[in-house]
Amino acid sequence: MSADDPLRVRGLRKTFGDLVALDDVSLDVERGTTSVLLGPSGSGKSTLLRCLNLLEKPDAGTIDLGEGPIEVGGKLTTARVREIRARSTMVFQQFNLFPHLTALGNVTLAPRENRGLSRQAAEQRGRELLEKVGLADKADSYPDRLSGGQQQRVAIARALAMDPDFLLFDEPTSALDPELAAEVVAVLSDLAAEHRTLVVVTHSLAFAKQVADRVLFLEDGKILQDGTPAEFFSSEDERLRRFREVISSV
Amino acid sequence: MPRFLELWIESLPRLLTALVEMTVPLSLLSFAIALVIAVVVALARLYAPAPLKALAWMYVQVFRGTPLVVQLFIVYFGLPGVGIELAAFPAAVITLALNTGAYASEAVRASILSIPRGQFEAAQSLNLSRAATFRKVVAPQAMRIVLPPLANDFIDLVKGTSLVFAITLIDVFQVGRQIAAATYEPLIMYTEVALIYLALVSLLSLGQNQLEKKVSAHVR
Repeated sequence: MSADDPLRVRGLRKTFGDLVALDDVSLDVERGTTSVLLGPSGSGKSTLLRCLNLLEKPDAGTIDLGEGPIEVGGKLTTARVREIRARSTMVFQQFNLFPHLTALGNVTLAPRENRGLSRQAAEQRGRELLEKVGLADKADSYPDRLSGGQQQRVAIARALAMDPDFLLFDEPTSALDPELAAEVVAVLSDLAAEHRTLVVVTHSLAFAKQVADRVLFLEDGKILQDGTPAEFFSSEDERLRRFREVISSV
Repeated sequence: MPRFLELWIESLPRLLTALVEMTVPLSLLSFAIALVIAVVVALARLYAPAPLKALAWMYVQVFRGTPLVVQLFIVYFGLPGVGIELAAFPAAVITLALNTGAYASEAVRASILSIPRGQFEAAQSLNLSRAATFRKVVAPQAMRIVLPPLANDFIDLVKGTSLVFAITLIDVFQVGRQIAAATYEPLIMYTEVALIYLALVSLLSLGQNQLEKKVSAHVR
């Protein structure tokens, strides 16, 4: 076991009734890299991301976070689930900030509850993280008073406060106007440059091109293509070409 | 001075004494217990294993589905038949709490159901325990939603206490009845009693407004 071991996912399967959302998906995520999951809607990319955080319960498969494969298909104890979740934190399309807490309150809640951090220690760290996402002056604002881009940046700071090994982003800019999305992409680029491990579900080819170390293309619950952005963007595969065209035309 | 004013002023001290000594403590005590019942039953109906869930549902059905005055009679006059003898005041508190608890549990349940799924998912992703999620994420948000219906239930309870005269308690209504019988002025006396309830409920409504402001500070 080593802190440099990749996240290894093997044989992940998830069905919703008759629909096979993930069909035996296996992948490794190298530490310190940014992986982008692309694919048409319904391809299973969000489901894959949510399975990594166990927000969806897979039907079968193993996840190895560096300490040996953990079977995630069977019945998991709460302790097991929390152990796996401790390693990754999700940033959602709709931000999902806690509306009754200030930006700082959102960022400090989990560290205080989970690690028993003192208010002072949590707030100091929280302010640093808010500064990192460019929102030092919004610490005392409630989410309702923030723009979408600001809310998403608070959500990123909130995720960072958990010091996760893996940051998972589920279409983090899809609910934002282009100019607000740019703020969020800038923060993501910073995180990528710091060699944090990011897994990002997105529809933004620009983001994949500029930030990703690796692009995975999913369709019908399977990984169709897995390689560098250059490989993805130059691929002559008919399916990938059509996808690129459709996405760039919107 | 008109007759009605004279009678109102003369009877007011006795009515207010009954209000302070019976109606108010009965209401407060019953409501406090009802709140505890409401939260427990709402959580049971949402998250408990099936048998407990069914039990919670049955409780709500029974206490919402039967008249309060009948419940009072069963508890106070009926239960001694099976060896459970309660004094009138505890019998009233228990019945009112169980009755209001049934209604309030529905309000609490609705308030929890109204919290968007994303809030639970964010809490899960941040690895909060279920208890922490409930205390720090769900409860504060549910509070804002549950206040208006809960205030309704409290007001109903306060007015419902007027039925306890039927199990020998001397509340503000019962004192009003006694004076009305003695003075042969039912219109004047019952109007006064009505006004006292109205004043009390208005006071509660003011309190509700203040509370709502407090728990809605974060909403623009």
